[in-house]
Amino acid sequence: MNGFLALPLWSPYLVGVCIGLLVCLALVLSDRPIGCSTGFVKIRGLAEQIFRGKQIQEKEYYKKFPPAIDWQLMIIPGIIIGAFLSSVLSGTFGLFIIPPLWAEQFGSSAVLRIIAAIAGGILLGIGARWAGGCTSGHGISGSLQLSVGSILSAACFFAGGIAMAMILFGVHW
Amino acid sequence: MDLKSLHTNRSAQVLLGLLFGIVFGFLLQKGGATSYEVIMGQLLLTDFTVVKIMASAVAVGLVGFFILNRIGYARRHVREGTIGSNVVGGLIFGLGFGLLGYCPGTVAGAVGQGALDALIGGFVGILIGVGIFARIYPSLNRTLLTYGRIKKETVHELLGLPEWLVVLAGCIGIVVFLYLLEVAGF
Repeated sequence: MNGFLALPLWSPYLVGVCIGLLVCLALVLSDRPIGCSTGFVKIRGLAEQIFRGKQIQEKEYYKKFPPAIDWQLMIIPGIIIGAFLSSVLSGTFGLFIIPPLWAEQFGSSAVLRIIAAIAGGILLGIGARWAGGCTSGHGISGSLQLSVGSILSAACFFAGGIAMAMILFGVHW
Repeated sequence: MDLKSLHTNRSAQVLLGLLFGIVFGFLLQKGGATSYEVIMGQLLLTDFTVVKIMASAVAVGLVGFFILNRIGYARRHVREGTIGSNVVGGLIFGLGFGLLGYCPGTVAGAVGQGALDALIGGFVGILIGVGIFARIYPSLNRTLLTYGRIKKETVHELLGLPEWLVVLAGCIGIVVFLYLLEVAGF
């Protein structure tokens, strides 16, 4: 078992099957689909509350998603811890700023990578909340509940993502 | 303890959220989905790891949720879709997905395995992005977000077919698709 947990990679099918079961378990035990972008709204709301006080709870969006340390927020630190454990167990944990593939295409400027990452993150944050979910919330949890809106969103995530990837890296076929 | 009281037990749910997150993050990392190269490989259509993970999760979840829902253990969480929200938001998300090379879940996983571009770039960017959205939400909500309502919430309602048939067809379709991917050498 230890050897298995220490493997750097598992079959994507095994991982997918486990995630499918995990989403079902979350629907039973927590009555919630697993999603990540709401957690970011909660973190953002709590951070705003520290700087601007409780008045931010009056904002229309934060009335809908009240800033609080709750199930949805805890998913985020949970993922960080889980990925940390997995990478430490397999000895693949390592600090870096520029992913090798990015460096190959755009060089080794950390500033350029961080600017692009922040810009990409801003679009992701706006887009995820605009669409009402992200790759896990719509792409997996919503799709398996046969939600039309979720499947449509997931298709657009990939359409936009493929377009941007090909703008940046060219067509690899 | 019955499920209803578990659902309303705040501290139990905070703990469960953390546990679900830990297992989810562990699985994403073991699957390779927290790596920039794997995600960009998917978007460049050279590495299908992300689609394999998502499609097999959906196939298992389709059956699992269908049964759990029928026997009353899981409620369906589905909202009405709109073109203005799902398509426009989805495309904005996609552009960010390709530029950052992580999505909101995998960016957290990438942070856990040591990716500092995910932490000081992606994580911070998403927090700025959701703040911008919270600010523009009131005006968007009255206009674009509700534009182009899709009257049917679920695929089986849309197609006018029994749910079990759509679940079965969906599973078979996913298995055939994954088989063809392997045969094609991906």
